[in-house]
Amino acid sequence: MDNLLKTTCLHDFHVKLGAKMSPFAGYDMPIQYSGIIDEHNAVRHAAGVFDVSHMGEIFVSGPDAQRFVGHIFTNDVRTLEHGGIQYGMMLYPDGGTVDDLLVYRERDPQHYLLVVNASNIEKDYTWMLEQAEGFDVHIDNQSDAWGQIAVQGPDAERFVCGTLGFAEASGLSFYTFCDLVQDGRRVIVSRTGYTGEDGFEIYAAPDQIRNYWNMLLAAGVKPCGLGCRDTLRFEAGMPLYGDELTQDISPVMAGLGMFCKLDKPEFIGREALVEQKTNGVACKLVGIELADKAVPRHGYPVELEDGTEVGVVTTGYHSISLEKSLCFALVDSAYASPGTPLWVRVRKNAFPGHVVKKRFYQTNYKK
Amino acid sequence: MSKIEEGLLYSESHEWVKVDGNVAIVGVSDFAQGEMGDITYVEMPDVDDEVVAGDEFGALESVKTSSELIAPVSGKVIARNDELEDKPELINEDAYEAWIIKVEMSDKGELDALLNAAAYAEIAK
Repeated sequence: MDNLLKTTCLHDFHVKLGAKMSPFAGYDMPIQYSGIIDEHNAVRHAAGVFDVSHMGEIFVSGPDAQRFVGHIFTNDVRTLEHGGIQYGMMLYPDGGTVDDLLVYRERDPQHYLLVVNASNIEKDYTWMLEQAEGFDVHIDNQSDAWGQIAVQGPDAERFVCGTLGFAEASGLSFYTFCDLVQDGRRVIVSRTGYTGEDGFEIYAAPDQIRNYWNMLLAAGVKPCGLGCRDTLRFEAGMPLYGDELTQDISPVMAGLGMFCKLDKPEFIGREALVEQKTNGVACKLVGIELADKAVPRHGYPVELEDGTEVGVVTTGYHSISLEKSLCFALVDSAYASPGTPLWVRVRKNAFPGHVVKKRFYQTNYKK
Repeated sequence: MSKIEEGLLYSESHEWVKVDGNVAIVGVSDFAQGEMGDITYVEMPDVDDEVVAGDEFGALESVKTSSELIAPVSGKVIARNDELEDKPELINEDAYEAWIIKVEMSDKGELDALLNAAAYAEIAK
């Protein structure tokens, strides 16, 4: 075991449950317990719980907090009310992506919680500090102090409100949160997730998260690993930083322009996005559906019928819920329209398919 | 712990071989199926195809990964387990029952390069 790997506050539970563990973003994380298909289906049809304690929690506060978050974030936090959440990105000046993240607007308009990808915590924190010159803000990386679980699936509300007793959560609409206090400590419950189903993400102190985890498992919620977290988010058309968003892939290329408010006067990367919107981009992220059962994987070439390479697969699966072979691929913009025939080379053979919308699965959010 | 069946021969790439006269029955080990997780697709050669020891003869797809199948012996494919087309999960259920292909061996001497159960146990962990 690599002793440089970090562990979450639920690590010993995962090991005791017999989870298959693997390094992810510097953490020793559960990939699966009962199996990816079983866990995936539990989230689609009942409820599952994920340990996402590896995610980063960075708090931004101070007189210039709103202006600062607006400066580094593509969405428009001026429109957020207390309890509101926005999805968006932090960009480099050239439009490449630093990270994608959630911003939570706290009661005080000058307090925000930024939830970032585990693999990017240090990079993001450093990036924020570097951009903060001239802003009167306090940036506090509290990632190690918070545990986090995601309870996802059509039955999630029943377990979060009933089993955990967070009755307030039933009133939450999608992308809002409530602040609770338990044993004198702060608990954040938000109606968010990364699965395409209704669900909640709960942030609390590690020992509280351990209690919630045990209560949910005792009530019959299925423990779910990162394996099905990826199959679920993929079907729902959501990007994973590192695959669909990178330093070289802008939100415009990834088809996430709706989360970039170009009517805002300024944010880092805005000019580059305006230029990309105006003049077009060389390649775009698309969905491809294959006619065959062969499975496209990250890095496999995308070709025209004559074998000319026009793109590369970023994520692919034989979809569990849709029972077909699907992928995201970054392809030459000339071949990005829905219906365009494209081939994916899987080992020796090129398999035919066509461009489809990236949201493969009809999501089931509450409101 | 993964199961290693006595009496079979194994390759370092985790295929097993059961020798029946001149025929090699080929599958993948319990360790391999455990590492891959839920198997969703088995790509197999056609009957009468020639396979070559050390070369790819097909592939396994699980939810999260792909893995090439490497022929442990050379010869002609005389049968393939078509049941795996609709039920690839049979490999997860019993990797030693769910054979993949049967090969009429062209050189039985190639079997000498394979591992017995005890030797394979050293690498399947």
